[in-house]
Amino acid sequence: MEHGQSAPAIFDRALLRRRLARAASRGAPDFLLARAADDLADRLRGIKRPFPRSLDLCTPAAHFAQIVAASGRPAPLRAGRFQEPSVDLVAEEETLPFAAEAFDLIVSGFALQWVDDLPGALAQARRMLAPDGLFLACFPGGASLIELRAALAQAEDEICGGASPRVSPFVDLRDLGGLLQRAGFALPVTDVDSFTLRYDSMFALCAELRAMGAANVLTQRSRKPLRRAVLLRAAEIYATRFSDADGRVRATMELVWLSGWAPHESQQKPLEPGSAQMRLADALKPKEGSS
Amino acid sequence: MSDKSEKREGEDASASEATKVDPRLLEILVCPLTKSTLEYDSERQELISRSARLAYPIRDGIPIMLPEEARQVD
Repeated sequence: MEHGQSAPAIFDRALLRRRLARAASRGAPDFLLARAADDLADRLRGIKRPFPRSLDLCTPAAHFAQIVAASGRPAPLRAGRFQEPSVDLVAEEETLPFAAEAFDLIVSGFALQWVDDLPGALAQARRMLAPDGLFLACFPGGASLIELRAALAQAEDEICGGASPRVSPFVDLRDLGGLLQRAGFALPVTDVDSFTLRYDSMFALCAELRAMGAANVLTQRSRKPLRRAVLLRAAEIYATRFSDADGRVRATMELVWLSGWAPHESQQKPLEPGSAQMRLADALKPKEGSS
Repeated sequence: MSDKSEKREGEDASASEATKVDPRLLEILVCPLTKSTLEYDSERQELISRSARLAYPIRDGIPIMLPEEARQVD
């Protein structure tokens, strides 16, 4: 095949597309997207640029595109991960089909967590931005669902004598600023929106994840479904270790935000080394004759 | 892109307005693998990448720019 990808295939993308398409057709819960979309509205409000040409990169529903349009800017082109009437084309982050400098703004929500080669995807996004274009993305970060991972791993280990990954890995926030910089973005900023969801039980949480199309799509996932005994034990562990006084269980969510600009001369930047007009030593020296 | 007004000006009546690809989209689309320009085959509703030897299908007016959905061409 012609696929020149070298990154290991961590995610089964065909399976992911099917899951997300099915979730969307059944009306996936969108409260996380809605929360992120509110945040996006705030972030765009502080920026004066008109962004005439924008792209919504694989956000699973139209929330982000609607926010951009509501900010008084032209509606973005919507690239979707699967075919549905509201997208303009189907594409994937690692093989983006857009010409260089085609956009002034790229927004993306809940998509980049499923990319095998995040540095490659960021570099392609950067290439698609015109000078002074903005990239603004949000996706679940490394602290998300730590309780679920801990409960499943412990239960599977106890009952099967070993654990296999049941929850997707997430990117560590500390790596992301460097990744943005390496992809050629100026003024890279990362920040985090952390909050706690509460459910009646681990089963309620899992049902909601499935309804979002966010169930396990790792290529290395165990093909055997979790045994019922493991699930029951995991729910027990979850309830013991991660519940509140009222018996409901907690699930940590961490939404990571990335922003970076395509470089432009108008942007603030550090001075060239050696371009200083005065010596640092002189600046630090106590002024003579000032006593 | 949501302009679905019924206007037939003698051109092939089989391709209805709704299934036509937005010309502004065609301007900025490139091959997802090689980033080279694409040829639009309006008859077959395909976007052809000569350098990758792949034809990407257009379904219901939506280009499917996935290499695994593309057809091999010579």
